[in-house]
Amino acid sequence: MSEARTIVEAPRAATADRFEPRIVAFFCTWCTYTAADLAGISRLRYAPNVRVIRLMCSGRLDPQFVLAALREGADGVLIGGCHPGDCHYQEGNYNALRRVELLKRMLRDLGLEEERVRLEWISASEADRVQRVCNEMTERIRELGPLHLSVPGDGHRRAAVAREPEPVGGEVG
Amino acid sequence: MSKPKVAFYWCASCGGCEEAVVDLAEQVLDVVGAVDIVFWPVALDFKVADVEALADGEIAASFINGAVRTSEQREIVELLRRKSKAVVAFGACAWLGGIPGLANLRTREEILAEVYRDLPSVADGAMPREEVEVPEGRLHLPRFDEDVRTLDQVIPVDYYLPGCPPPVALIAQAVTALVEGRLPEPGTVLAPDVALCSECPRRATKPEDLKLERFVRPQEIVADPETCLLAQGLLCLGPATRAGCGAPCVAANMPCTGCMGPTGRVRDQGAKALSAIASLIAPSDPEGVAKVAEQILDPVGTFYRYSLPASLLHRRVGTDGGRPAEPSEPVAAAGGGEPR
Repeated sequence: MSEARTIVEAPRAATADRFEPRIVAFFCTWCTYTAADLAGISRLRYAPNVRVIRLMCSGRLDPQFVLAALREGADGVLIGGCHPGDCHYQEGNYNALRRVELLKRMLRDLGLEEERVRLEWISASEADRVQRVCNEMTERIRELGPLHLSVPGDGHRRAAVAREPEPVGGEVG
Repeated sequence: MSKPKVAFYWCASCGGCEEAVVDLAEQVLDVVGAVDIVFWPVALDFKVADVEALADGEIAASFINGAVRTSEQREIVELLRRKSKAVVAFGACAWLGGIPGLANLRTREEILAEVYRDLPSVADGAMPREEVEVPEGRLHLPRFDEDVRTLDQVIPVDYYLPGCPPPVALIAQAVTALVEGRLPEPGTVLAPDVALCSECPRRATKPEDLKLERFVRPQEIVADPETCLLAQGLLCLGPATRAGCGAPCVAANMPCTGCMGPTGRVRDQGAKALSAIASLIAPSDPEGVAKVAEQILDPVGTFYRYSLPASLLHRRVGTDGGRPAEPSEPVAAAGGGEPR
């Protein structure tokens, strides 16, 4: 999570009158991350508000990652994976779909706007789609405004956390 | 040699944890014989002043159950923290927030308005006040805090005894370890660090690759008493819940609801449980997935039943009428101070 923290805590490039959303993106390395690379090579300009974290597969997305990003200061979370049928690991993107669908239903009950978490299928060649989705999401989150969480600090958990080097993720059980 | 001093206290809880202590049955007599109980409001007539009179660190261990919601609870747990060498968060509420923690789905104002003004049985709608003048003098009520907190969100906690309530065997083990001075390193959860499935009597019937077209609730089917409950479509949280209870609910044909909390590598129990259950959904198209997912009527109440205050988001967001982003730190209550 330390990497995610660094990324999220990068200062908001806020101007006096415009809210700059912070968006954390989890992109699968085979499709969406490659597309983001292509967008860079192609010099496509898009909102700099998106901080990308590369996953081997969207199926690696632990719902804890999404919540940790929101807790650490993200205003929205974007998840990108391969189109249905194209997963490098056969079914990882289907699991991402199942988890994000259920997570979004839960986040709704926890008071979050639906659009703060978005799942998109973007293939390696769809650089323009990376551009469009990042721009769209940045604008939408800008309209929604910053996400205000009210969480008590982890101060008193230090003993337990120090003992467990991986507070987020890992296998169930 | 004097016997180790022990204190018991309850905060926002149902009393079940106190019952669990009594459930030690004959063993409770051994415990009573081996320790000196200096504070136990539910059973013994010691006063707060008696605790205040003790030296700092004089109590060997305080067993505190319940989540923390009021200024009185904060005041007492801060006092006990100061007077105790070890503090044990006793039960799901103290560790994770528990059932009372689901109150974090509503704001303080919503709860007070509902209970004291809007319910049909309320006649005069008088709101409770923290201070009121009566002919005999000034009366005080504890402050009802903005949210429900876990014990370790208020004071440093040394050990956690999971469960709703903690299983008798684990309590006995913990107390024995304490009396014999064999304490594990601080931060330890005093239960096995594996998932419940590993000790489930139905384990052999859990399919290797399970996919479900629908979820059912316990009242909708007569569950087979030997087959894995998940395989029957019941939302059993065993795969994402810590072992150590001996699976009594599963033995009674009821699915696990997660009261033993997460295993050590999991930060957020609800998210992890959601992840485990979501991957069982059979369809792989958006409409099909949504159709199965909507059968889980109350995702927060299902996956965070015992752990909303300990979760990454801590509470429902966006219903606070523009409360600032900073957490409203509880003001140190009278008699409080630097713990340890």
